[in-house]
Amino acid sequence: MKHLLSVEDLDRDRIVELLDGSEYMSDVLGREIPKVPALRGKTIVSLFYEDSTRTRLSFETAAKRLGADTMTFTAGSSSVKKGESLLDTVKTIESMGIDAMVVRHSAAGAPHRVARWIDASVINAGDGRHEHPTQALLDAFTLRRRRGDVTGARIGIVGDVRNSRVARSGIQCWSRLGAQVTLIGPPTLMPERVDGWPVEVTSDLDDILSELDVVYVLRVQQERIGRALLPSLREYYARWGLSVDRAERLKPDALVMHPGPMIRGSEIATEVVDGPRSLVRDQVANGVAVRMAVLWDLIGSGGMA
Amino acid sequence: MAESPNGTPSAADKQKTAAPEGGFSLPEFSTPDSVFRTRVFTAEDLRRAQTRIAHEIVERNHGPHEVVLIGLHHRGPQIAQRLAEAIESFEGVQVPVGALDVAFYRDDIGLRPVQPLGPTEVPVDIAGRVVVLVDDVLFTGRTIRAALDAVTELGRPRSIQLAVLIDRGHRELPIRADFVGKNLPTAEREDVRVRLREIDDVDEDTIELWGPDGGDE
Repeated sequence: MKHLLSVEDLDRDRIVELLDGSEYMSDVLGREIPKVPALRGKTIVSLFYEDSTRTRLSFETAAKRLGADTMTFTAGSSSVKKGESLLDTVKTIESMGIDAMVVRHSAAGAPHRVARWIDASVINAGDGRHEHPTQALLDAFTLRRRRGDVTGARIGIVGDVRNSRVARSGIQCWSRLGAQVTLIGPPTLMPERVDGWPVEVTSDLDDILSELDVVYVLRVQQERIGRALLPSLREYYARWGLSVDRAERLKPDALVMHPGPMIRGSEIATEVVDGPRSLVRDQVANGVAVRMAVLWDLIGSGGMA
Repeated sequence: MAESPNGTPSAADKQKTAAPEGGFSLPEFSTPDSVFRTRVFTAEDLRRAQTRIAHEIVERNHGPHEVVLIGLHHRGPQIAQRLAEAIESFEGVQVPVGALDVAFYRDDIGLRPVQPLGPTEVPVDIAGRVVVLVDDVLFTGRTIRAALDAVTELGRPRSIQLAVLIDRGHRELPIRADFVGKNLPTAEREDVRVRLREIDDVDEDTIELWGPDGGDE
């Protein structure tokens, strides 16, 4: 595998392979010196056209833990401001000699284009409303570590599924691993069509709450509020927020996940985030291991798969 | 180093083709036309060699008390475990046993497929102790070079020694073993196949020499 652009490109075996690799990286991270020289001499660039802290830092940490050199490019402080095109920017960076480019862009498909332009490996770190494959992998990894197996888990993804690349990648990854996915939220924020998707859809969170093994809460995108899509934050929280009261009605061993950044009190209660069901911190920690596994797989292992 | 041919041979035996140096499958040694040459060790030979090595380790270190046995994946951990059991049987002391994976420390990353083979687990602080690295076959020495890097990141042992079942020659680095089961002259394209009951799905341990069909030494 040369690039990681979409979960769509990964079959079940491939996903499992990457999760197994992540397990291995997690072991490295637990060592006294949590670093190995596996990608020594490799250069990894993060090319971020859209704001992000956790994803960018997670990738950069992953690269450094593997001994690679990292460079960062953020659109805000660069020649993009002066009008340089994506193509020229990418070509310029490539000329500096790089092995992998981690791309985040507000336009769906941008990483795919970049992959066609350059020889280096390209990793999609989020493209518009399209995909965010490493998030899906780290979520699957986190759940697998906690539950032992993802197969058969009932996962409810709650919130703005329509605009969520996390949901789009997640749905494919979960279902390939044998989990059952239900999308939950206001009809205005559900995808227009779900035919062909391996999901069920409902707008009633309370109704399904007691059946879920995992509540996967998406961030409420404030910019949607008021535009006829969401009446008010208060109303959203009343119907779809993961409150303390709702958390208490979950199965005893049900788990709560959130991709971040989260807004406490607007989609999830603080007590739930910090409570025993929450995998939120694990998700962040595991993100580094999973991204190490992806980087190693793409530019280190020598193309085993 | 030759490039990998298309895929790995599908027959179970081919997949488990012994991996000189710590378990990496080297495609050039597992070509389908590789044939059996000789049996190097029977199960009995191996048992005796292991017992002798266990004694030598204790003797060299004036007792087992400071020794930590660290096996290199894939077969090293199992051999280290056996050495520990042998030492326990005649010294009555349990020597700590660890496992080390050197994949990320190899110098041929990018030159050929490299995959991690198992977790690195060392149950004790190695600082100030005698680490005995344990592997099945010593060949180029590159695995051991990588292992030295990996071990020193875990701590600063008083000394590091090396125990191997077979030293097949062809060193590419100035590395030698302290404890050797057997010195076995080989041709570079030959393949030393170590099979252990515990991990290789065989009834009896064996070590065999395989080589290219019709090839000469």
